[in-house]
Amino acid sequence: MNIHEYQAKALFEKFGVPVPKGAPAKSAADFDSALASLPAGPVMVKSQIHAGGRGKGTFTDGFKGGVKFCATKAEAKEKACLMLGNTLVTVQTGPAGRKVQTIYFTQASDIKKEYYLAVLLDRNTSRPVIVASTEGGVEIEKVAHDSPEKIHKVVIDPAYGLAEFQVRELIAQLGLAGAEARNAAKLIRNLYTMYWETDAAMVEVNPVITTPTGEVLALDAKVSFDDNALFRHPELVALRDLNEEDPKEIEASKASLSYIALDGNIACLVNGAGLAMSTMDIIKHFGGSPANFLDVGGGASKEQVVAAFKIILGDANVKGIFVNIFGGIMDCNVIAQGIVEAVKEVGLKLPLVVRLEGNNVAAGKATLAASGLKLVSGDTMADAAQKIVKLVGTGTA
Amino acid sequence: MSILITPETKILVQGITGAFGAKHAQLSLEYGTKVVAGVTPGKGGQFFEHQGFKVPIFDTVAAAAKKTGATVSVIFVPPPFAADAILECVDAGLDLAVAITEGIPVRDMIRVKRAMQGSPTRLVGPNCPGIVTPGTGRDSHGGCRIGIAPGYIHKKGHVGVVSRSGTLTYEAVFQLTSKNIGQSTCVGIGGDPVNGTSHLDVVKLFNADPETHGIIVIGEIGGNAEVDAARWIKANCRKPVAGFIAGATAPAGRRMGHAGAIVGGAEDTAAAKIAVFKECGIEVAVTPSDMADALLRAAKAKGVTLS
Repeated sequence: MNIHEYQAKALFEKFGVPVPKGAPAKSAADFDSALASLPAGPVMVKSQIHAGGRGKGTFTDGFKGGVKFCATKAEAKEKACLMLGNTLVTVQTGPAGRKVQTIYFTQASDIKKEYYLAVLLDRNTSRPVIVASTEGGVEIEKVAHDSPEKIHKVVIDPAYGLAEFQVRELIAQLGLAGAEARNAAKLIRNLYTMYWETDAAMVEVNPVITTPTGEVLALDAKVSFDDNALFRHPELVALRDLNEEDPKEIEASKASLSYIALDGNIACLVNGAGLAMSTMDIIKHFGGSPANFLDVGGGASKEQVVAAFKIILGDANVKGIFVNIFGGIMDCNVIAQGIVEAVKEVGLKLPLVVRLEGNNVAAGKATLAASGLKLVSGDTMADAAQKIVKLVGTGTA
Repeated sequence: MSILITPETKILVQGITGAFGAKHAQLSLEYGTKVVAGVTPGKGGQFFEHQGFKVPIFDTVAAAAKKTGATVSVIFVPPPFAADAILECVDAGLDLAVAITEGIPVRDMIRVKRAMQGSPTRLVGPNCPGIVTPGTGRDSHGGCRIGIAPGYIHKKGHVGVVSRSGTLTYEAVFQLTSKNIGQSTCVGIGGDPVNGTSHLDVVKLFNADPETHGIIVIGEIGGNAEVDAARWIKANCRKPVAGFIAGATAPAGRRMGHAGAIVGGAEDTAAAKIAVFKECGIEVAVTPSDMADALLRAAKAKGVTLS
């Protein structure tokens, strides 16, 4: 689960990670009071959406920049009015962009130097890792690619936690001394504590800055949490912003389906995550374009299959459906009955290719055959994928 | 013969009285697996009964193991309690804990993995379909089935299968069995980013097992476990190996059901992994329908008989 920058910074403050003074506002009526809570001087106006690249983004009405430096509060209010309710397109949002529903005002900081800092899981060691770089405020992937020697990593033993010598090592790598070093050490310790105690999946601060007065501040904040751990953090669940999620994905999760929309035209309905991923791959392999990832899980019911059909048909781009089921324990006949019911209920007009294999497959195939539905059977995944691609055509939607 | 488990292995089931655990305990009993004990705290002294089988239930893993001689546990405990259930197996000195549970917090698994360092207990999973060593009976009956895989699709034989994904494992096994090629052992290592046993661990076991003549390695985007296994295979394994990587079309940064299946960097994409597989002499299945055929091609090239 992702959260907004302003929410992440509130958590930072709670854990003792210093941030510039800031205030969020969800309506234009709140702009004055939010700005009044900040000290005098220049202000940053920051669009709050769950996507990176905001500063370089463009609004759909042509207004450029989702993050703006404003010399005065009056100017900040003016810019905020242009951003709120407007749709911001960045490299990470896709062409549709995201509607800005919250503005975050922060005190503009004097920047001496920018750094990069992140805490996440190191999959190779199965331990947390702190990643730090002197190259802050830029794309870290580019730094990692162009000058890997500028990326420093410290892997943390979960039995002990972050050790002081590791903090000193990071400080040395970042080339900090004096008050800056002391302040950065505190920030790193507290950031790690926050990562660990909130079950974060990732905490990324780009940039962390030093100021001419020796302060060390988290200027930005990107925080995501482990969905599997949310059960023990009700206070974090409250930060979830459904406006930032695909309504079809929310609908799917209510039916215990795992669905992710893509931009192709062949909808997939599959059991199992690995099989669902490779069903998308095989469609692509034969020249088609998958419209979604949809995993109905290991024990799908008739109701779930019906729900799944409704969700995939809610995508106007869909020109055909590929049902790929390997019923290991799951009864293929249950799936077949679900398909028949769903097709009748939604009045399906699109081509449908079904590949059923596994437990009770004969009864499942008989159910499909007896239904009189216009559908095409595939023997193997490859056979079925070729058939649906042929029926839909290889052009993308 | 097989790896990790044999048809003689005695199994205990943690969470045997839950709906999911009970169903799969029943299926394992029907398959002929030696399910000798169940563990559900607070229900010790009761019995789990199914088709004439009467499996005693214990309050603790230690008591169950001591009383019944079980050496392997299969865990169906809900996510908030699963880490504790794994550690209980370690404490009881079991050989193997197989965690089926899906949705264990990453932080719990980080701690469990650290706590298991140096312990003789092996963990397979979590979020995995389990392990099957097929038997000699009809539809491979009489084998050892740990977890949730369909037993009947297997056939006793000489191919080892290791995979992160359940349904893709079944797909591979089904293709093999349809071609009359049996399996020594099929291991689902699970789709989570932190797991107990890696592709490489299982490949090493298959390589050392004289009854395993060929190996299928099924992987996904995310992490570099498949790459580690591939490089080791290149240096150490003379057996024919086929591979498949799922997720070529998955968008970066999105979680595709398996928490581990997220592309983070350039090295953990499907294309990068497939390139390493090829470079390491692994015959790559071009589609999931091609997994058994890919292994047949690899075997033919090395002059190895699989059946």
